[in-house]
Amino acid sequence: MKDVSINTTHFQDKLMSIRSAPLMSADITLLQVNLGYQCNMACKHCHVGSGPERQEMMAGDTIESVIEVLRNNPIQSVDITGGAPEVNPHFTYLVERAKQIGCHVIVRTNLTILLEEDMEHLPEFFSNHSVEVVASLPYYTDDVDRVRGTGAFEKCVKALTKLNSLGYGSGVPDKRLNLVYNPGGPFLSPSQAALEEDYKRELHRRFGISFDRLYTFTNMPIGRFRDFLLRTNGFERYMDKLVQAFNPATLNGLMCRHLMSVGWDGRLYDCDFNQMLGLTVKGDCPRHIKEFDYARLAERTIAVGNHCYACTAGQGST
Amino acid sequence: MTEYYRDEDLDRFGEVGGSKPDLFKKFMEWYNSALAPGVLSKREKVLIGVAVAHAIQCPYCIDAYSKSCLEEGMSLEHITEAVHVASAVRGGASLIHAIQAHNSIEKISL
Repeated sequence: MKDVSINTTHFQDKLMSIRSAPLMSADITLLQVNLGYQCNMACKHCHVGSGPERQEMMAGDTIESVIEVLRNNPIQSVDITGGAPEVNPHFTYLVERAKQIGCHVIVRTNLTILLEEDMEHLPEFFSNHSVEVVASLPYYTDDVDRVRGTGAFEKCVKALTKLNSLGYGSGVPDKRLNLVYNPGGPFLSPSQAALEEDYKRELHRRFGISFDRLYTFTNMPIGRFRDFLLRTNGFERYMDKLVQAFNPATLNGLMCRHLMSVGWDGRLYDCDFNQMLGLTVKGDCPRHIKEFDYARLAERTIAVGNHCYACTAGQGST
Repeated sequence: MTEYYRDEDLDRFGEVGGSKPDLFKKFMEWYNSALAPGVLSKREKVLIGVAVAHAIQCPYCIDAYSKSCLEEGMSLEHITEAVHVASAVRGGASLIHAIQAHNSIEKISL
């Protein structure tokens, strides 16, 4: 699947009608690395379609290429994602090497993986390496279980409590703990500031948990969420909602203008969502991490599709 | 009568404006103004909306305002608390009329 078909203006045409120019990369300050699609969970909103049965996993030699790119280019941060990136056997090696190079390391975790056998050491590992933790927590109550499976919320609370005990979420710069909200259905996120206030108040009141920032994301109409929309005959209505909420003011701040996404097999994409759709970088740009060329990639034209309406809806989601 | 209220009918609300469009236009302007954030936030207003929807037992309003509550970052827990408030007020409205029964009995009793 290369694009999301809709009955209205294609995103590319919308873009051209507004700015008469394609979306271009501004620089590459962040390398987002997908270590594989395997995960201990199978969340209903997952745009990757991750789960325990997935076998895609970044190999050691590709990880060496990632490290080489980080060492030789002016990229400040590496954002490690998956699947559950922690299940990749080279995960801690990548974090250690990236820190040695001087990169800021962000790990996207589902939290529950931190309680799995042989993973219990990871909170201390994160703390010892000043890893910024970005944790998926679709809500501040056990409504989370509806999206992520029975018992998931309780495990998230335990993992967050552990991270808090190590100083995470207390405002210390090298112990940043940020949470991610996804809407539990076919609608847009509420105001990030208002919801962050709710999360902070309720997580603290109910469980004594603290964190730094809440990011509200819009569900991408791809992967498992797209399947849900099609199953419930809500796909067109959801796309209409995204198109109606298109906000040109979000275009300049889109993260795809500042990042490069690396797939588990080393292929290069403009973002994690293009990766899931198989939309590799456009034109004659290098398409694999082993051919990485900062100068050419930092000036590339970004491949867009109708799924981009999700990142440009309302307050923006990126 | 099981098909009396249908999901898709909610999207047809505009058809009501086919007859007496001037009145419908005035209603929509008033409705949108009433729901716009003011001293009360949009969030507070949709929570009032979901409570009223249950008090008047309007299926369209229950669907629409339950969804609005989720869009405003609230959950079934918020909605349930709001419905309890509406139900308690409604229950209290019945119960307070026991005074009228007392008054009636007072009037007709020896």
